[in-house]
Amino acid sequence: MTYEEALFYVIAAITVAGALGVVTARNVIHSALFLILALLGVAAVYVLLASEFLAIVQVLVYGGAVTILILFAMMLTRVRDIEGPLDGPQRPFAALAATVFLGTTVLAVTQTEWRGETDEATVVTIEQIGEALFSTWAMPFEIASLLLMVALIGAIVLARGEEGE
Amino acid sequence: MLPDWGQVGFLLLIAIMFPIGGIGSSWLLGRIRMRPDYPDRIKEDTYECGVETEGPTWVQFNFRYYYFALLFVIFDVEAVFLYPYAVSGERLVVVGLIEMLTFVGILFIGLLYAWRKNALEWT
Repeated sequence: MTYEEALFYVIAAITVAGALGVVTARNVIHSALFLILALLGVAAVYVLLASEFLAIVQVLVYGGAVTILILFAMMLTRVRDIEGPLDGPQRPFAALAATVFLGTTVLAVTQTEWRGETDEATVVTIEQIGEALFSTWAMPFEIASLLLMVALIGAIVLARGEEGE
Repeated sequence: MLPDWGQVGFLLLIAIMFPIGGIGSSWLLGRIRMRPDYPDRIKEDTYECGVETEGPTWVQFNFRYYYFALLFVIFDVEAVFLYPYAVSGERLVVVGLIEMLTFVGILFIGLLYAWRKNALEWT
């Protein structure tokens, strides 16, 4: 077992532990903190897969911004600890959805033809991503900013609407 | 590339060890009775030398905080795009600058909108 493999198993174990913590924690704030752990674990997996930029995006956007949104939503909505079992008539549907998702994932993993080792994978540096982004993909890049602006304005319109001006 | 990230991992290890070391050594010294132990009600307060806490900690925060969270998410994504520009080669200095300014300019319109709609003000 190479040291990359050993590292992967350690990181994977931490990620899975974080993900389990999200669903088992009784306190929703603890759930959110476990979610940060799981997302950071995924970022570490990206590093192992030689995808530096994706790892940085994962930490900045998912580990930072998205979890902040979730935490803010909790702070604003007076959430409490969940008491008693979280069960309901949806249980069979949830089981069905979870089984289908697990089946699809396992099928995808077993059917995919995995090629090469991590160190054989082509490392795309951030400079290369930048050059491609500003030459070949300049137009989608500018459209992304339009999308962000629409999201910004839309969020403000929705938030103001709920406030009732 | 992985050895470069090893330094990040090393930093992370130090960051994790720092609080564990402090709390752990205090606990250990307490167990072997090497540190004095005089528990006191005031010492165990949330803020030993601050205002006493009153009422439950789970209070509803002002809705206005959510604007700042939303704005943060948008500009966080913008910062992610600034990074590849900052490290891209010299070949794209002028073109990249124009493209980046357009990108930031379009988002600036959104920020102006937020400003005009008083989303940035605390009223």
